[in-house]
Order: sequence, then C-alpha cells, then structure tokens
Amino acid sequence: MTSPMTSPMTSSDNLLLLTLNVNGEEHEVITEPRRTLVDVLRHDLRLTGTHVGCEHGICGACTVLVDDRPARACLMFAAQAEGARIRTVESLADPATGELGDLQRSFTEHHGLQCGFCTPGFLMLADGFLAERPEATKEEIREVVAANLCRCTGYQTIVEAIDSCATARRAACAKTCTTIEETACS
Amino acid sequence: MKPAPFGYHRARDVDGATRLLAELGDDAKVIAGGQSLVAMMNFRLARPGHLVDIAGLRELDGMHRDAAGALHIGALTTHHTVESDPEGVLGHEFAVLREAMRWIGHLPIRTRGTIGGSIAHADATAEWCLLALVLRAEFVARGPRGERRVAAGDFFLGYYTSVLDPDELLVEVVFPRPAPHAALTEFAERQGDFALVSAAVDLDVTDGSVRGGRVALGGVAASVVRVPEAEAVLARGGTFADCAQAASEAVEPPSDASGSAHYRKQLVRTLVLRACEEAMSR
Amino acid sequence: MTHPVTHPVTHPADTKGQLTGRSVPRREDPRLLTGRGRFVDDIALPGMLHAQFVRSTVAHGELASVDLTAVREVPGVVAAFTAADLDLTDITAELGRPRTEFVPTAMPVLARDRVRYVGEPVAIVVARDAYAAEDGLEAAKVRYTTLPPVTSEAEALAPGAPRVHEEAARNTLVDVSLFATEGIDEVFDAADCVVRVESRTGRQNALPLETRGAVAHWDDREEQLVLNTCTQVPHQVRTVASRCLRLDERAVRVVVPDMGGGFGQKCVVGREEIAAAAAALRLRRPVKWIEDRKDALSASFLAREQHYDVRAAFDADGHILGLDADVVCDMGAYSCYPFTAGIEPLMASAEMPGVYKVPAYRVRGRAVTTNKAPTAPYRGVSRPQYVMVMERLFERAARELGLDAVEIRRRNVITEFPYTGVNNITYDPGSYLESLDLCERLVKDEGWYEKRAAAAAEGRYLGIGYSCFSERTGYGSTAFAQRKMQVVPGFDISEVRMDTSGALTVTSGTMSHGQSHETTLAQIAADELGLELRKVKLHQGDTDRITYGYGTFASRSVTIGGSAVRLAAAKLGEKLCRIAAALWECDPGEVELTRGGVRRADGSVLTYEELADVAYLRAHLLPRDIEPGLSATATFDVFNDGTFSNATHAVVVELHQGTGQVEILRYVCVEDCGVAINPQVVEGQCRGGIAQGIAGALFEQVTYDAQGEPSATSFMDYKVPTAHEIPDVLIHHLETPCTFNETGAKGAGEGGTIGAPAAVLNAVNDALRPTGIELDHTPITPETVHRALNLESSNLEPSI
Repeated sequence: MTSPMTSPMTSSDNLLLLTLNVNGEEHEVITEPRRTLVDVLRHDLRLTGTHVGCEHGICGACTVLVDDRPARACLMFAAQAEGARIRTVESLADPATGELGDLQRSFTEHHGLQCGFCTPGFLMLADGFLAERPEATKEEIREVVAANLCRCTGYQTIVEAIDSCATARRAACAKTCTTIEETACS
Repeated sequence: MKPAPFGYHRARDVDGATRLLAELGDDAKVIAGGQSLVAMMNFRLARPGHLVDIAGLRELDGMHRDAAGALHIGALTTHHTVESDPEGVLGHEFAVLREAMRWIGHLPIRTRGTIGGSIAHADATAEWCLLALVLRAEFVARGPRGERRVAAGDFFLGYYTSVLDPDELLVEVVFPRPAPHAALTEFAERQGDFALVSAAVDLDVTDGSVRGGRVALGGVAASVVRVPEAEAVLARGGTFADCAQAASEAVEPPSDASGSAHYRKQLVRTLVLRACEEAMSR
Repeated sequence: MTHPVTHPVTHPADTKGQLTGRSVPRREDPRLLTGRGRFVDDIALPGMLHAQFVRSTVAHGELASVDLTAVREVPGVVAAFTAADLDLTDITAELGRPRTEFVPTAMPVLARDRVRYVGEPVAIVVARDAYAAEDGLEAAKVRYTTLPPVTSEAEALAPGAPRVHEEAARNTLVDVSLFATEGIDEVFDAADCVVRVESRTGRQNALPLETRGAVAHWDDREEQLVLNTCTQVPHQVRTVASRCLRLDERAVRVVVPDMGGGFGQKCVVGREEIAAAAAALRLRRPVKWIEDRKDALSASFLAREQHYDVRAAFDADGHILGLDADVVCDMGAYSCYPFTAGIEPLMASAEMPGVYKVPAYRVRGRAVTTNKAPTAPYRGVSRPQYVMVMERLFERAARELGLDAVEIRRRNVITEFPYTGVNNITYDPGSYLESLDLCERLVKDEGWYEKRAAAAAEGRYLGIGYSCFSERTGYGSTAFAQRKMQVVPGFDISEVRMDTSGALTVTSGTMSHGQSHETTLAQIAADELGLELRKVKLHQGDTDRITYGYGTFASRSVTIGGSAVRLAAAKLGEKLCRIAAALWECDPGEVELTRGGVRRADGSVLTYEELADVAYLRAHLLPRDIEPGLSATATFDVFNDGTFSNATHAVVVELHQGTGQVEILRYVCVEDCGVAINPQVVEGQCRGGIAQGIAGALFEQVTYDAQGEPSATSFMDYKVPTAHEIPDVLIHHLETPCTFNETGAKGAGEGGTIGAPAAVLNAVNDALRPTGIELDHTPITPETVHRALNLESSNLEPSI
C-alpha cells in the first residue's frame, strides 16, 4: 500500500493520486474515487484491450488479473487496485517480438473468437485459471468458461482452445521434466 | 451505469475502520471485495457518501482450526481461498464449505468476494448465509463499543438487513462444530446465478444412521431460514423424502417473475432431498 | 430464371482453390487477441465529450415539459439539448404499399411531444466524462401526462384500445394478405387430418456483447461530420444522418471501427447515434456516446415477439395439403429504418412454406405497434419462429397419423429443383432430403433412440427433436423490391486496387462485425488473382471509400458482397493481362494469370510488381487504349429469388422432473451453405447461431408489466446462456453450390439460429409425450416444464 491512512484520502475536490502497477509498469493516475478500474485502465492509461460489457460483473468482458487471479475490473474501483499487480490482455504477447503467446495462438487455431469483443476477458480468465490449475480437465475448463459471456461462438471453440493449450503445456512440461530427470540420472 | 460520487477512505486496522464508520455516520459503507456493492453502485441503486475500504486489514484474511476443532474464518477470506483451501484446514469435517463455493457466482467473483461481505450483505439466497445458519456458526463483530458474538440464527433480520450496527465490522465467522455430513445444493436457470431456491442440511450421523439434523433454505423468505418441521422429521428417524416433503409444506415462499410460490415449494422438496442424500453419501 | 455468370472465370488455373475452401487463419485475430482492436469506445479524440440520454420513465404519455436548467448546472456537464433545441428531421421508413396495408411512423431523434416506451430518448446530456453525464441525467425534470399503455399484441388489437400512433387504427402498422389459394377452405374441409399450432415467441434482445455507440466530430478542413459508429449499415446511417441534420450527404462520413457483434440490432439506424452527431455539430467538439448495458437491455432495439395461429391439412399418408396462417408481430413503438415494421410479417408470409411442398397456402401477416422498445431485424428474422411452427405442425400431424416424425418430413420435403412454390418463390437446388437422412442416421448411429427407450423404461424423460429448414439468402434488388421496400438493399459493390508493390486493397460495401470478412473476402480476391493472402487487405466501413453499399445482414456478404469482390478482382486481372500482352506485344489471348503475375504461353512471367511499375510509374509504356493505374470496380446483384441454404438439426434433451430443467444431451447439425470459403468460419457461424437459437428457446425474454415497465434491465434478469448451458455441436457439411453467383456460396450467418428453437421445442415435446402435454411457446422455462411433468401431483389445470 503506497499511502495507508485512516483519514479520508479525498482532497477538497475529491481526487485521488493513485499508483497502479499494470503489466509490470507503475502508473500514476489522478482520479475521482468513483472511477472503476476498467475505466481507468481504458481511458486514463489507454489500455483499451480490456472491454466493458455490462458493468455489473456478469459478462466478464472486463476480466483482468489482480495479483494473478481473474477478477472483474468493472466491480473494482481503481483505488482498490493500488498495491496490487494488475495484468491485462496487453501483457500476453511477447513484449519484444509481439509474437502471440500459446493461449492466444490456440484461440486463433480453434477459431475461439469471432467479433473479438469478449476475447480479452476470456484470455485473462483462462490465463489466470490455468496458472493456478495447470492440470484442469476439459470439464473444469468448461465450468470456468461459463464465467464469461460470448455471443458469437457458442463457447465450444473457446473451451477447446483453452483445453488444447493446457494439454500442450502439460506435454511440454512432461518433456522438460523427463529431460531434467534424464540429465540428473546421467 | 457509473456510480454517484463518494469519498474513499482506507482503514489501516479494525479499530480505525470502526472509528471511521462512527465518524462518517449512516452515509458510510464498508467495502471489502465489493462484488455485490459495486454492481449496485454502478446501477446507482446504492449511493453511499463514503466508502471505507477494509481490504488492507490482512489480519482478517485466513482460516484456522482451534484446539477444540472449531473453524475460524476471517471476514476478508475470499470464497476462492475457501474453495482452494491452500493450507488444508477444512479437512473432511468442513468439506461442505469447500464444495459449496462452486455455487457462488463464478471464479472471477470468488477471487474477490469475501465471506464477511457476503454475510454482512445478508442476501436471502447467499450461500454463506445459508451455510452459517445450517452449521450454527457464530459471527464476531467489533465496534466502538467492543466485540460481540452473534449466533447465525439471531443475525439475519430480513431483506439485506442484519443485527450489525452501521459502525460495526464483522471480523470473523466461527464454525464451532465439525460437519462431516453436510451439503448445500441449489437451483437457478443458469448456473452461477442467484439461486431461485437453495437448500443446505447438516445431518447428525451415528453408526451410519441419521439421528437428527438441521435443514436451512434460501430463496423462500426475506432471509435464509431454518425449517424446524423438516428437522423434526430427521429427529424422529423419518425418511429423507418425508423430510423434504415437510420442508416443502412448511415454507411460504414468494411468487415473483423468477418463479411462482408453488414452483419454489416443489424445488424445496427436490433440493432438500438432494442435499440430504449428498450429505449422507459423504 | 437464373442470372448467368456475367464474367468469364479468369482466375489462374494453377492457383485455383489455393485458398477458397481452406480454413486459413483469420486476418482479424492478431489484433483482437492482443487488445489492439479498435472498437468505438476505444476512440479518444482531443476535447472529446461524453453523452448520455434522459429517457422516458413512462411507457406512454404526452411530454408536458422537459426542463434541463438544473442539468446544465451539474459539475462537468457542458450542454444538454431537447428535441426543440436540436430541431432535427424525423427518421421515417416507408413501404410502397397503400395505407390500408402500411402506416409509416415518424420516429423523432429525440421525443418531441409524446413518449411511446420506457427508455425513449427525451434529451441528450453532454459532459466532460461519462460519470458527470450520468450525474446530469439525474437533474433533468421531465413531466409527463401519462396515457394508458398498450403492452401486448392482444391489447393493441382490442376494440377501443388506446392508440400508440394516432394515424394507426387498431394499432396496426402492417396488414398484408400475400397469398390465398383458391379453394383452400375446401382443402381443409376434405382433409383426413387437420392440426393447429398456436405459438408465441418471447421478446428478445439480439445482444451484441459490445453495446451500440458512436463518436462524432466536425472536421473543418474536410467540411464534414465524421461519425464513427458501430453499425452494420454505414451508408444507410450516412443517408439518414445527412437528412436529419440537413447536410449534403457528402458532408457526412460514416466510419465503422471494429465491431463487437450486431446480429441485426445494429443493422438499423439508431436515434442516439444521430443525436450524438447533432450535439457534436452544435458544440463543434467531439462527442462520444456509449450505450450502457441497462439501456441496451431496456431501450435498444429488441426483436422476435410474434404470435402465430396456423392450421395445416394432411392426407392420411401424411402429405401436407394446405397451410393457413395468421401471423401477428409485436413491433413495439416505431418502424425501424430502412426495413420498416413490415420486415417480420412480410418475411413470415413470403417464406413460411419453407422446405415443404405445400399445395395450398393462405396467410395474413400483421405488424402491431405497442408501447415497448421498437424492434429491429434479428438473426433469422421471423424464420426461427415460422420454422418452429412448421416443424411443430409436422410433428403433431405425425402423432395424429401414427407416423415417424422424420418420415413425415421425408414425404414432404422438396426434392426436385428448381422448384417454384405456392408462395411464387423459386428454390434453387438444395439437399433437403439428404440432410434429413444424414442427420437421422447420425442420431441413430450414436444410439440415441435406444437411450430414449431405456430412459422411458426407467421413468426418465428423454426426447429427440428435429428441424428441417432452409434459409433464403442472396436477396437481390428484385426480392426486396417485391416487398415494396423503398430502400432496396440488393446489390453490393467492391473496388480493388493494386499498388506498386503488387499488394491488393479490396474495398467492400459489406460490413463485418464478427463474420471474418477480412479473411474470407481476401481469400476470394487472392484466389482470383493468384496472390498470397498476406498481399490482400480488406477495407470496409468507410463511406468515403466506396460510393454506396448495403452492409451486412441477411447472410448476404459472401453471396453478394463476395461476388462483387470476385468480379472486381477479375476485372483487374483482365487489365493486368492486357497490360502484359501489350508489353509483350502479343495477343491478350496468349497470356493468363499465374501466381503473383501474368504468364505467357512460352512460360515467361511478368510479376504484378513489374506490371504495376508500368501502370503507375512508367505509364508512357502503355498503349493509348489502356488507362494508367490498377483499379477496378464491380457491382453484383441478384435478379432471381435468391439462393437457399438448408440444414437439418437434431437435438436430444432430458427433462428433470424435480426441477423442470431442460438438459441438452446432444446437438447434431447437417448443413449445406454451398461452397464454404472458409469451413472453420462457417462452423463458427453455425455454432454461434445455434447458441442464440437455444437462448431464445429456453432462456431469454424481455417481459413488460401492465404499466409497460420492462423486466429485463440487467444480466440477472436477461439470462444469456453460458458455456454451462450451451452444448457442443456436431456439424456435418453437405455442399450444393449456388449456381448463379460468383462464389458458389450461400449464406451461412443465420441458419443456426433459425433451426435451433424448432429442434429444441420438438425434443422437449418428444420427452413430454408420456404426459400428453405439448408446449408451443418460447422460451420454455423450467417452471413450465416442471408443471407439465408434475401435473397429477400439483392439481393444476393442464393448460400451460
């Protein structure tokens, strides 16, 4: 917490100076307390990849990672995010080359997006979920995908994209682990 | 769907929080995870003049078992922490809590929403309210006048209202008794929605037979309720089907756009039976 | 009659089909996956203001006064305007029909003296941000003299009902009887079997996940209003904006950024986008309006609410003899532009016989106006409803006659093409019977009939339901003109330009909002010229870049727009050949297109870069009869009744007695949309369409209370299904190409949505068979199913 206090943080014109850690960068923002995290990300920081779909926590288009866990950026005030690590869809591709990450590639391979409006929310939902449960079954993935709304795909290809990415990661991990074991043995 | 203006205050500790609440008066509201409150504020259905953010009170985040086996859950513990139980404190005795979490919204709601926020919000269909009631939990509240413990059965007063004073903070929920044979189930048209009806039971099982138990329902009244008529059936050794029937007959649920009273009564029968069978199979 | 292919097939022999028919990765994906798409709310302009609307809180009333004085004093509010302040021309859509058949409704951009639904825009508030704009709304003082609201079709048609529009007697905007076969009453009198279906479908929201929105500003240098708006029909928005704002049409430029879906809700002109443009014009500052979800659910264009009362006559062998239909569509408060309130009743009237050989047909189609949010065409337009009714009629007749539900369809589907129906429509070849047979076989092979029998033996309720249907697409000018539309969205246009690097820019009048046109139209153009896909870029949605286009709806883009693209590319190909022949000083007949260039019989090749170099930079080398530059424009239109995609869907459901929940166990779709340019994209359209059809069958509905207050103002009440409710879909493709367009493709955008409600409803009714109860209304709620399954124990009347 950068400025813990028990007295009101409000100045006379009710503005806050916040420091937000987004995608590994610190940003200072002056904002009214009532601005939601998604509005500050989109309009103050101009990270417009995170979308607004309902502003009451149901559609999930605004899903971002807060301290590595998927959360609705429309149900948080930006002030609540101070001190947390925020990650948005803009962080998923390789920062140096711009190359898509494996989850993003899997979405395009499986046609897991059409209009693309809900996609950043699904990507961050899946990214956070798989980080915590790399061994997730397809059924568990389907349950988690049910957290967000998509109006284009019918969801099947989103579930398949995430499942395929998880399977590939596990296979890659198994291979690496075997190699390490073999190296250790020799 | 943008909230009305408010003043934002961060509490550093529990006493600071209650002091702030007392100073700011009725126009202030506590925000923890904010998963219900912020949605209501975005609709301007709630418009507190001040928010007191207690998320920084780390001492209220976490679960532990005491020497007597009681389970203590800090008010700021998220649903997701309970669901994932990283330190394995729930064990078999409180597995019902872990498993009930999947009924609360969806993962991105559970990562932010807290047990204390849910109970203080006192929604008549909230899973935590139902679990607290059926498992005879005790709530620890702290305010300017000190700390008090309130039994879950005495806590809920009606629609979104409880005995909590405006300057009091719910700090901990205590589940005093293990509940190895308890279950919660519910029905909504869409999974993850607020339940149309929810049911929870906690069975007393000795040597493989049921000696009694508690039955609680959500979505049938202004707050979560116990159903003594159904519990009486369990106490006298009646079947689960009779217990479910008794529950269905005992309640007088509302009729609204989501479902008629008749349908809700039928759901009560289905869900109480399901919960009993699930609890017994543990 | 068929429209002959107007242009020789010029695409290079050695690259033919290189891309067409392949599921190449989408061009749209990289930016959308990295958060680099540009949706309308992503646009930020210097000095931009934010608008929201004061909306009517009553369903029906005279506007006694609108006082915005206090609004203008709210901190952050910059301006607030009423209808009188802005003085805009109304939006009026016309049909060329007599007043006995059609009554137009003038839709003011802001309500002027009367409000007709809860949520109708009354004033626009412009502020420094969206928060302050909403603060401003709360300060508005609007007084209404309330009038009794009309909240249902039955109320609208009741004698003495209050009038929503003074000029519309009996609240009827459209009343058309298109067909009445002579002697049809005798057919019914003499028939062995007559069945009836009375069906209501709930009011739905097409619900693009991106709500509507616009950013408008005045460009002094171009002397032009630039309106960035998410619309499926940019040129229609331009036309309306120029008329409402009284600007030359040249002085309005509509630009469409990335769009988060539309499904029809964005294929009509919205009042708010015009009002935002007017505010920007007045203030000479950029103005953004983003519809919030509450407004999108309650005050945006809605859809689907219809009432059918239909009888069908059959002989003892199950052959249909006649169809007698009465269709009433609840269009809400106003006709939409450009389609009018006629869109739904005329679609239903013209096409209801569908895939079946119906010898006698009578239909009356009406549109009524009510005090509810107005409607727009929504994916499928009437077809989900009339297909549902037709498929119910066939299943009901099968029951009465003791026939199998698939067999009765088999005896009635059209098998010989071209077929001209009782509705005067000529159907091009399709695979109606083949899709039906294959779909049934897939269901049988998976053992669902045995599973159904086993479930029945255990007292469980498992049902199998089918729907067999076609989707008319490729509506050209002729088809829409027949409906007497005064804006006839038939043709489309494409321009292709090649630059000196041999890269191709394709411009199309269609407007992708999720359908992958940047990929599929590029596939078509690339194949035509033997280009790599990366050398082709589609530009769409900028009215300054193409003369006039009709956008994307009615599954028209690849059938019509794609044909225009192919023709334009072919024209350019011809020119490239002529230039090459001129440079080689040979006959144009001796050269042909090859991959990336033009080839001579002797095998020598001039690359596109080389040809472009001459065409632009060294034009003195061109003969006098070849103009410099490499561009070509082509239009495509359809002069017959269009083309028909078709499909059969099968659904297996289980009904849960304790809750009434409908669980979908299996979904099979056999579809035929002709040539699939990109099969993965087609499957995506099918699956997404099916999900929306299931949503309408089981979940979504906007209801209104007696005061006209809408029930669904949040996603808690408007239950969009999730991955938990929508099943995986098994898809099989058949391919009967369209013979008269340039792509062989038939539309694929709407079929899924059209077929799903019928199949789901039939499956539910099959499962309900032991109860003797049949359900004909949608959405089917768990409570309804529960009542049907538990009638004996609940002492309820069997009227559901």
